[in-house]
Amino acid sequence: MTSSTNVSCFHEARRVAIFGGTHGNEMSGVTLVNLWIQNGKEIHRKGVETKPFITNPRAVEKCTRYVDTDLNRAFTTENLSAPSGDDLPYEVQRAQQINEIFGPKGSPEAYDVIFDLHNTTSNMGCTLILESSKDHFNLQMMHYIKKAIAPDSCPVLLTEHPLLKYSTSRSVAKHPIGLEVGPQPQGVLRSNIFESMRVVLKHALDFIELFNEGLEFPPCTVDVFRVSEKMDYPRDTNGNIIAMVHPNLQDCDWEPLNPGDPMFQTFDGTTLRYEGAGTVYPTFINEAAYYEKQQAFVTTRRETLAAGAIKKT
Amino acid sequence: MEGREVVLPTVSRVALCGGTHGNELSGVYLVRERLKRKRKVEEEDHISVVTVMSNPRAVQQCRRYTETDLNRCFTHATLSGPVTDKTPYEIVRSQELNTLLGPKGSPEAMDLVCDLHNTTANMGLCLIAYSDCDWISLHIYRYLQRQMSDIPVRFIHFDLPLNEAYSLDSVGKHGFAIEIGPQAHGVVRSNILSTMQEGVQHMLEWVHLFNSGTQFEGGKVDVYTMVKNVDYPRDFETHGITAAIHPQLQDRDFCLLRPNDPVFQTFSGETLKYKGTEPLYPFFINECAYYEKGIALSLARQRSVGIPSIRSEREGEQGKRKSSADEMEEEETIKGEMEGEGYQKLMEYGEESDSLNGQHN
Repeated sequence: MTSSTNVSCFHEARRVAIFGGTHGNEMSGVTLVNLWIQNGKEIHRKGVETKPFITNPRAVEKCTRYVDTDLNRAFTTENLSAPSGDDLPYEVQRAQQINEIFGPKGSPEAYDVIFDLHNTTSNMGCTLILESSKDHFNLQMMHYIKKAIAPDSCPVLLTEHPLLKYSTSRSVAKHPIGLEVGPQPQGVLRSNIFESMRVVLKHALDFIELFNEGLEFPPCTVDVFRVSEKMDYPRDTNGNIIAMVHPNLQDCDWEPLNPGDPMFQTFDGTTLRYEGAGTVYPTFINEAAYYEKQQAFVTTRRETLAAGAIKKT
Repeated sequence: MEGREVVLPTVSRVALCGGTHGNELSGVYLVRERLKRKRKVEEEDHISVVTVMSNPRAVQQCRRYTETDLNRCFTHATLSGPVTDKTPYEIVRSQELNTLLGPKGSPEAMDLVCDLHNTTANMGLCLIAYSDCDWISLHIYRYLQRQMSDIPVRFIHFDLPLNEAYSLDSVGKHGFAIEIGPQAHGVVRSNILSTMQEGVQHMLEWVHLFNSGTQFEGGKVDVYTMVKNVDYPRDFETHGITAAIHPQLQDRDFCLLRPNDPVFQTFSGETLKYKGTEPLYPFFINECAYYEKGIALSLARQRSVGIPSIRSEREGEQGKRKSSADEMEEEETIKGEMEGEGYQKLMEYGEESDSLNGQHN
């Protein structure tokens, strides 16, 4: 048992937001948030202000990922501090508005927690996305969620990386959490995917309620997958894709990919193999939205993070 | 029916179309690869194959369409309507394609138009056509069923007269769409692409055999005839959907739906059941593109259709047909037109860059 001096104290998580429609064609989040805007009973927790919010209403209306630029890459310091104006891309204007309501990013006034709901065409199951390995509050929440939904699994993707980390809408909050559930085609609502996301959120809000009531969470460890490298499709000199994700790799998110394993298959049937130094765990395999971002999948490495005990101040 | 042999003209001119919906990527990639290998027009014994990227602008943007659904623009009314500078791109394009591959309903039209599609529904491989008595299409269907053991192969019939038929495949004398799912739009899955390549290969094989004089014996095939569409339950004011396809129906395309079987699950967890009195076969269950068309699923009746034995006309059997010299001249003319500038414009698969790195919308 740790002594109480080793317990990290956090202010109670009083202001919590749930974002849907950051990508307008990722339907689980859009549907859940619209549902909760009409009737918030399900997300109500004692002592917590939970605000469901559609972040990109124009994209939702058109059922498209974005209108001018990807909102989930738009929360850069440069964009947030730029002088506001109608000539800015729609999503940059939107990022500034969201930063005003839920931020400012990095300040004491920012929301405590933001859950950002996403879908993917990749076979990622219910993935939780963690932005910082030092966020003990988030680590404890993810530990709680994983235990609650066991034996079903909930992989944790750690996007802390000097180059690959991106400026998400949720990053405005002190404790940002991404929920990425798949596989689901863009523009499609699948019941099972919708329900999985709903269940994960329920446990997350339960954790927050328990924390706010004063419960101390003892030290724990959380297995995570730390993002390592972005792998693009092989392309010709014109930039056209010349190979597809290999059938052996397709749908195998979170499974080990060893040096020599098949990775891509050219259109005439040749196999291209993984030539890295060691075993990696690929994810975001064949995500539709990433073709234009030059990404066929990302590799990750397994790591165990330790979270200290936490309780409310 | 089975004892009688039907003699039909050869299927000498085939069009293979992809990218009619720009985000249905199996067809896009298949056509792109064929065009790369300079296979715009292939000449083998008895058969010429024209490969077409139907909607290059939508392909470039990786969207279903830019202004209106191209695959609804082939009714006689739309094809013969006036074109101004306000006319949607896809209607201009449908008329261009009708010039290239038709005109629809005329003797100059392609013998066979095959249009390649994907669906998010779990439909396996389906041939979709307007007629349930086009023996060429039905024989190709049976041939594919026999050659392809890894995937279910089915035939869906939309009972519409030719002038009301709205899709690209209706431009040819014979035509069908090859629809393969499930695949998310904007994604290419290697197994689905392989299946489509195999399907196209077997289709062309059949055409070659048919044109060479092979007799195909008659028999019976199962056909699904479309009966009706079912929309999602919607909010009266916002028109937004209030339920999703029930987990017990999701992915169960072509599994018989009986009265009182679950169809939808509302967001509050309630099950909505099938209220029809006739058991029917569902398909296009949860197709992404159909939300905006008000279709959650389609329902079909299954029946067994007798097909006659068929073979192609031999030399000297022509009767009403042109002499072979006239036919050769016609082929040369088509080749000439195709190599010309107009053809290049119609055939190119990207008005800006070749790459698929357009914005996703």
